[in-house]
Amino acid sequence: MSVTLNALLKSPWVFHLSTGSCNNCDIEVLDCLTPRFDIERFGMLLAGSIKHADVLLVTGSCNRQSAERLKRLYDQVPKPCLVVAIGECSQSRGMFIHSYNCPKPLDAIIPVDVYIPGCPPKPEAIIAGVVNLIQKVKGAA
Amino acid sequence: MAKTILPIGPYHPLQEEPEFFTLTLDGETVVDVDVRLGYNHRGIEKLSERKTFDQSTFLVERICGICSTSHPFAFCQAVEDVIPLEVPLRAKYIRTIIAEGERIHSHLLWLGLAGHFLGYNTVYMWAWKLREEILDAMEILSGNRNNYAMFKPGGVRRDIKPEDIPAVLKKVDSIVPTLEMLKNAVIDDPVLHARLKGVGILSRQKSIDYSALGPTSRASGVARDVRKDSPYGAYDQMEWTMIVTQNGDVFDKAVVRILETFESVNIMKYCLEHLPPGEIDAHITSLPPGEGIGHIEAPRGETFHYVLSDGTNRPARHKVRAPSFMNIPTFKATVVGQELSDATIILASVDPCYCCTERVAVRDTKGEKLFNGKELLRLSWAKTERIKKELGVP
Repeated sequence: MSVTLNALLKSPWVFHLSTGSCNNCDIEVLDCLTPRFDIERFGMLLAGSIKHADVLLVTGSCNRQSAERLKRLYDQVPKPCLVVAIGECSQSRGMFIHSYNCPKPLDAIIPVDVYIPGCPPKPEAIIAGVVNLIQKVKGAA
Repeated sequence: MAKTILPIGPYHPLQEEPEFFTLTLDGETVVDVDVRLGYNHRGIEKLSERKTFDQSTFLVERICGICSTSHPFAFCQAVEDVIPLEVPLRAKYIRTIIAEGERIHSHLLWLGLAGHFLGYNTVYMWAWKLREEILDAMEILSGNRNNYAMFKPGGVRRDIKPEDIPAVLKKVDSIVPTLEMLKNAVIDDPVLHARLKGVGILSRQKSIDYSALGPTSRASGVARDVRKDSPYGAYDQMEWTMIVTQNGDVFDKAVVRILETFESVNIMKYCLEHLPPGEIDAHITSLPPGEGIGHIEAPRGETFHYVLSDGTNRPARHKVRAPSFMNIPTFKATVVGQELSDATIILASVDPCYCCTERVAVRDTKGEKLFNGKELLRLSWAKTERIKKELGVP
């Protein structure tokens, strides 16, 4: 494992990115930060700017307008960075698969490392997903 | 005039629905604001036309995660209006329980975010911690924390088991003392009085002109609530008070929401305690051609659904109007002439459902200074600190 990746995994700063979701996944991500779940215990912190982020938590079904911005934002993240797709919309586009405004699934636009299914996934599932991500990266190294 | 526009955190982590605001500034004072909508477009109305009425219920649930009861509620009422059909009383009660649970969690969510915008992160954490209890109650009732999937045209999808009711009542009761404490903390706090009173006033007349809805209009003295004006569900079965305040400033909007939460707790408890026996579904088998409307009071105001049926199992046309669509333009009436540091809380006070694709750009009429989202938040926090110092509050 590269030194940067190793350092990144100690305290991954997450950036939350909605590409046209219904808010539910976004609220569950915020819920992770509040006292009951409190992911700061694990050194995870919600970064205010994409340029401070190590892990991207992407939600939503990527509509035409946000897909472009998503690509641009992904280019701005300091590499290496890891991408977690949260919720059904970001994986298969869920209910919006036939929509004229959601042409591509998320992983056709940017590479995705971990998928957390659910509509919306519970905060426990999101935390477990991020932990899985860390183990996956460590295992691959 | 404007030289440069800097977007506020293109993906700002605290807001949900997508709008684009451009503030024009003269020094510290906001002189103009421009609002653009349409960043989170998923073509739901069109998608709905290719789904059956039963499937569409799940689709409209996903218009907004916070209002995941309001939209199916209004949609089901629209479909029932086509027939027209009276829903069994037990189903009405269950619908009311779920809708009020949603109102409680939505208002708490707003209170937390408003606290964050003002630099009161304790309020944020407390309110969201409290909200978890309600989400637990909803999980007991429906099996999910957010998308409850309880609604179907003609009734509800799941019954409430009698053995679950004590546990839910306990959860709902458990939030009251903390809510009381939060209410006192907000209403009696001299800093918040100084910070929020007289800020972002939406006058009664302006509120009517802009057709503001929900708590945004009730804080301006417009006594308008669909639950009272055209009762649906079980709202005509019990006594409850419509909260109306007169000043229309940010403080009053907060007070309306907090006091409404108490009313919601009472309504929810009444319904759980007086749940009538009987059917929960009217079993709709077919829909005649025709049109129907359904409107209900969502946490943010009136949600309106229109359905045109051509006699098949799909809506020929489905129109949705969410309350934020009417409330966001009031920002123009409230923010002009205010300080920049108040812009965030005025914006938040109408509780617009934002998405993180939302963008705010601030421009200075002299064209030199740039602000982004973080700076706006910091400005807002700094003002609270300044007021605290002036009042001698630690």
